[in-house]
Amino acid sequence: MLGEGILKGLAETARNFAGSFVSKERMTTVEYPEERAPLPEASRVFPFLVYDGSDWQAGMRCVACQICEKECPPKCIYIEKSKDKKPDYTGKLQIYPARFDIDISVCMSCQICVEVCPFEAIKMDTEFELSTTDRFGGLLYDRKQLARSNEYYHSIHPTEASEVDARLADEKAKADAKAKAAAEAAKAKAAAAAATPTNAAPATKSQLAQPTADPASQESKG
Amino acid sequence: MGIAFWIVAALTIAGSLAAVLFRNLVHCALALTVAFAGLALLFLQLDAQFAGFVQILVYVGAVAILVVFAILLTRSSETPKDGGVFSTTWLAGLVIAAAIFAVLGWALLQSLAGLAQQSATPSVTVQQIGNALMGRYVLPLEIVASLLTAALIGAVIVALHEKKQEAE
Amino acid sequence: MIEKADQIFILLRNWLVSFLPPAWQTAAGVVLGVIGIIAVFPGLFAITTVLERKGIGRMQNRLGPNRVGPFGILQPIADAIKSLTKEDVIPTNADGVVHFLAPVYLVVVAFMGFAVLPVGRNMVLVDMDASLLFYFAMGASTEVSIFMAGWSSRNKYSLLGAMRAVAQMISYEVPLLLSSVVIVMMTGSLSLVKIVEAQNQYTWGLPHWYIFTPWGFAGFIMYAIAGTAETNRSPFDLPEGESELVAGYFTEYSGFKFALFFLAEYLGMLSISGLGTTLFLGGWSAPLAALTWVPSWFWFFSKVMLSIVVFIWIRGTLPRLRQDQLMNFAWKFVIPMTLLNLFVAAIWRFMGEGWLRWIVSSSILIVVYIAVARAGMRRKHFGPRSYRYAD
Repeated sequence: MLGEGILKGLAETARNFAGSFVSKERMTTVEYPEERAPLPEASRVFPFLVYDGSDWQAGMRCVACQICEKECPPKCIYIEKSKDKKPDYTGKLQIYPARFDIDISVCMSCQICVEVCPFEAIKMDTEFELSTTDRFGGLLYDRKQLARSNEYYHSIHPTEASEVDARLADEKAKADAKAKAAAEAAKAKAAAAAATPTNAAPATKSQLAQPTADPASQESKG
Repeated sequence: MGIAFWIVAALTIAGSLAAVLFRNLVHCALALTVAFAGLALLFLQLDAQFAGFVQILVYVGAVAILVVFAILLTRSSETPKDGGVFSTTWLAGLVIAAAIFAVLGWALLQSLAGLAQQSATPSVTVQQIGNALMGRYVLPLEIVASLLTAALIGAVIVALHEKKQEAE
Repeated sequence: MIEKADQIFILLRNWLVSFLPPAWQTAAGVVLGVIGIIAVFPGLFAITTVLERKGIGRMQNRLGPNRVGPFGILQPIADAIKSLTKEDVIPTNADGVVHFLAPVYLVVVAFMGFAVLPVGRNMVLVDMDASLLFYFAMGASTEVSIFMAGWSSRNKYSLLGAMRAVAQMISYEVPLLLSSVVIVMMTGSLSLVKIVEAQNQYTWGLPHWYIFTPWGFAGFIMYAIAGTAETNRSPFDLPEGESELVAGYFTEYSGFKFALFFLAEYLGMLSISGLGTTLFLGGWSAPLAALTWVPSWFWFFSKVMLSIVVFIWIRGTLPRLRQDQLMNFAWKFVIPMTLLNLFVAAIWRFMGEGWLRWIVSSSILIVVYIAVARAGMRRKHFGPRSYRYAD
């Protein structure tokens, strides 16, 4: 019937009007400065450097390998290596970046630096309210401004951070076991070297000792 | 005839003069609209409410728009090329206009002599006009209506015919 | 006491005027009435703009403006300050005098329509015998100013928008008048005051509003459609649609002149609603006999605001009509239906009291409506397209 469509349309609009006061799905506005819409977990804006623990300089994972600097398409990363070394999370001594600058006015958020980093040291942040009134250096972030703790990383990307932590823990366990096996092998070798010059019985003892050392090293290798 | 009459009369005359003296055709049409409005005010001064309001409704609301549309659709409203707004045969035009004015003035004065005996102006209500139109003047009303219908149909046919010719 | 509340504005005016010498009293009374109109209706315009933006926002699942006052109520003040302080840009080629006069003329004519609306009991500025005719004469004059606005800008888009707007307004002038003529026929007078008084009677507690009769109901719907088109309001707002012609005939206007066009459009809307309530909804009479103690001007303004709400509702719901659809609708549907309505109202009048005339009138209207609707909704069969190339 003529006019029926109009009446149905009017009813729908009236339902929208009334529903906008009570239901969330008919009033989807997020009033921006006071409220914020929740961001999805995989959102990314600009990179940051992860550090473990509470000291950002001692715990920083970055070893200044410069792979991200080479892979960055707009070349917004600038790294200077340090002259000395500091221990990383496995205890090995590594160099660290003396300068790590990212120009976020150039960065295009492509995440390539994150994908190529072998040390899980650079990850993407979700902070987007970064406008500043300083037009000359305000958008050039140095390594202190880029450093964020691992707890912060957990808070913004929980599943990713847990995976990264699990991987790092695995590697640390492997490194520890290898170190322990190496230590035990060294200890056994030292004991054998100390035992052979005295007499044969200690030599047999050392020969007896060796088979016990082998399964341990085989365990650590396996 | 108080001050209001003189003001309205001056407005009407100014509007009509502007309608013939302006260079831009659309300005002329708008000045003509002012003249129509002045006429309507004169009707209202004579307490002929129906005539006054219908004058505005028909002349200002429809005829002025018609004039303007006609100007816009048939020629571009440019300034006249040379010689200004006065045509070359202005003397003949002046003579004819003076003759018409003389005839109308004579007719008016003749009727005024007859009207001077009445004391008050008769007030004609809309109801009396309606009764007259439907009673005494129904034949002229129907003739005018059929004339307008014929004009409408003729316009539609002319436009249709043109479209058919172009389509062939 | 009830009398006093009802007539409070009249009493106020008489008291203020009594301070002046008697020779000046009528003139001063009229001036006070004019001041009242100029104060009230632009105030309603301000409220309407907020209501419209918030209402349409809510219908579209969003909030309207809500920063300026509590819930955005003071937004019109911000808009007024903005339009007053914007630079007034006049194109070099534009026709200066006409460009300036067009919005002025439009606002003057829009205000004149309010002079004859009976806002309450004894509360009409000018009581004429032919006041309805005066109202329509003022409505017809708005077309000239729209044309002036479009032409003086020397802009092809403005001119096109102005021509479309004028064509639309002329086409819908006819059903507007024809649906009001039915009311005049049944009341026997062109005076709006008498029309309202004829509706101010009650039978079994229900009023004699014309909308409650079959021909009045049909007439009201035609009047609403024609009124929406007269004021260039959605869904008939092609002349001013932003996506169609930039802003149509007021493209070249900025600052305060644009605000004047806006004011004139909304005043036109208020004025058409005012006339609609006077003609069909009983003007200042109360809906039930039991409610006559509420002041009459309260009923008038509530009905006008209710009509405004319906205008806003329709704007939020319907898409825009194309120019040819608009004109087809006017000439092929609305005008025949209004003529039929005249015929049905005549039948009603001459059949005498009783339930028979209700049935006959309603059935004629409904049958013809369904027949015309069926005929109009049949699918059009288009032949193969023919192209005409410009040479």
